[in-house]
Amino acid sequence: MEALINWLVTTFPPLSEGLARFIVYVLYSAVLAFVAPVIIVVGYTYMERKVLARIQDRIGPNRAGPLGLFQGLADAIKMLTKEDVTPVCADRVVFNLAPILATMAAILVFAVLPVAPGVIGADLQAGILYVVAVGALGEVAALMAGWSSRNKFALLGAFRAVAQLIAYEIPIVLAILVVVMAAGSMQMSVIVAAQDVPFGLVLPVAFLIFLVASIAEIGRSPFDLIEAESEIVAGFHTEYSGMKFAFFFIGEYMHLFASAGIATTLFLGGWRGPFAGPDSWFGVLLGFIYFVIKTTAVIWVMMWVRGTLFRIRIDHLLDFAWKFLVPLGLILVVTVAVALKLPVIGASSSRWVALLAANLAAALLMMLSVSVLARRSRSAALREVAGVE
Amino acid sequence: MLSEFAFVGVLVIFATLLPVAGLAVAWLIRPKKPNPIKQSTYECGIEARGETWVQFRACYYIFALLFVVFDVEAAFLLPWAVAYQQLALYAVIEAIIFVAILAYALIYAWRKGALRWI
Repeated sequence: MEALINWLVTTFPPLSEGLARFIVYVLYSAVLAFVAPVIIVVGYTYMERKVLARIQDRIGPNRAGPLGLFQGLADAIKMLTKEDVTPVCADRVVFNLAPILATMAAILVFAVLPVAPGVIGADLQAGILYVVAVGALGEVAALMAGWSSRNKFALLGAFRAVAQLIAYEIPIVLAILVVVMAAGSMQMSVIVAAQDVPFGLVLPVAFLIFLVASIAEIGRSPFDLIEAESEIVAGFHTEYSGMKFAFFFIGEYMHLFASAGIATTLFLGGWRGPFAGPDSWFGVLLGFIYFVIKTTAVIWVMMWVRGTLFRIRIDHLLDFAWKFLVPLGLILVVTVAVALKLPVIGASSSRWVALLAANLAAALLMMLSVSVLARRSRSAALREVAGVE
Repeated sequence: MLSEFAFVGVLVIFATLLPVAGLAVAWLIRPKKPNPIKQSTYECGIEARGETWVQFRACYYIFALLFVVFDVEAAFLLPWAVAYQQLALYAVIEAIIFVAILAYALIYAWRKGALRWI
């Protein structure tokens, strides 16, 4: 970004630095807001259909165009020409604002995503906090949609959405906390620069917490209680049709890519890889390719999970967040804090070993306490049964 | 610093423009044939009865309260985590005590049955 601004100023001398910066910002925003959604939604819906089809032993889309590649285009045309049905009792203003906000919230996350060496919209000092803050807008959109539809299914879906999203926000923040501790900054570029070893390798438990909680935050299977079609029709977007529904869908896929991108940046080293660097155009391009490959791999894992696991019950869902992920996150924060303050023995790589050991210790502690608690509650239940008879 | 937030501002405008433009295009080309049946509230075979916007169960409220506790905790711990590598040992011990108090709060809520979904 900075290199591009400098190039503009030197090549076109009448351009002032501020104007050049403005032009670059407008261009990059336009790419993020108009080009990226099209590519991401069309590309990843196609990938999702193909992957799910393979898992379920089907072929998947293969009619529209070669290999079914134009399926996304066909869907877009269908959505655009569909009649829009707004229920008469709906609160119209909020009803129409909700899909706009859902899409906007997902796109805004991309502002702090370092997609390639030096290519980042806003390298905020509180970058990762910005992600958490903007992500909360999506919850507001879900609640707005469910409330304004004046439909009982939609309202139930919205309540569930808020209960689920706030429950899984805390494990995400705790996992981020561990990464911030290890990197010493909330700035995305510094976090990427700190990963000489990808944090996913030295902080595997934090990575797992983040991945599971992100799947819940996006509301995908097995945590798709927000739109559990066998219970509450389609959840908060029951009453939406046509393009308004399409924007919830676009928002969901943008959120999916954004979450996977954040996971890549925090835990898989972002754009880092052999020969990638901010010095040459080739290095920048290579960094972008690494970033896309890593992000796609994370998305692929999410699709794999979706194709493999069944939807879990709402009380299990909340229990899993509050009684497993949050305590695990708290234990992890404490063990990592202790491990980072240990006197460094010998090489600096011993710091990574200490982090890994802290992670494994936290996981072991959690597993032990869960098994003890489970045994106790199981024997209590058995005693109750025996007492009754 | 300020110029970075300028980018966020520009992106907000563009990100709002995308759905607004999409909805406008759809509004231009889609058919408009409303009728009372189509515009009634969606149901599954049985017509919805009674008011939808009612006071709802309180257990969501308790979860929301717990969330506020832990979110404020995160707001306190994030600056601590940023400055972590320059901090002396006593700051670490303090933070551990802070986390322990919160963990106790979670255990308390758990034992009181606030985390039970009825």
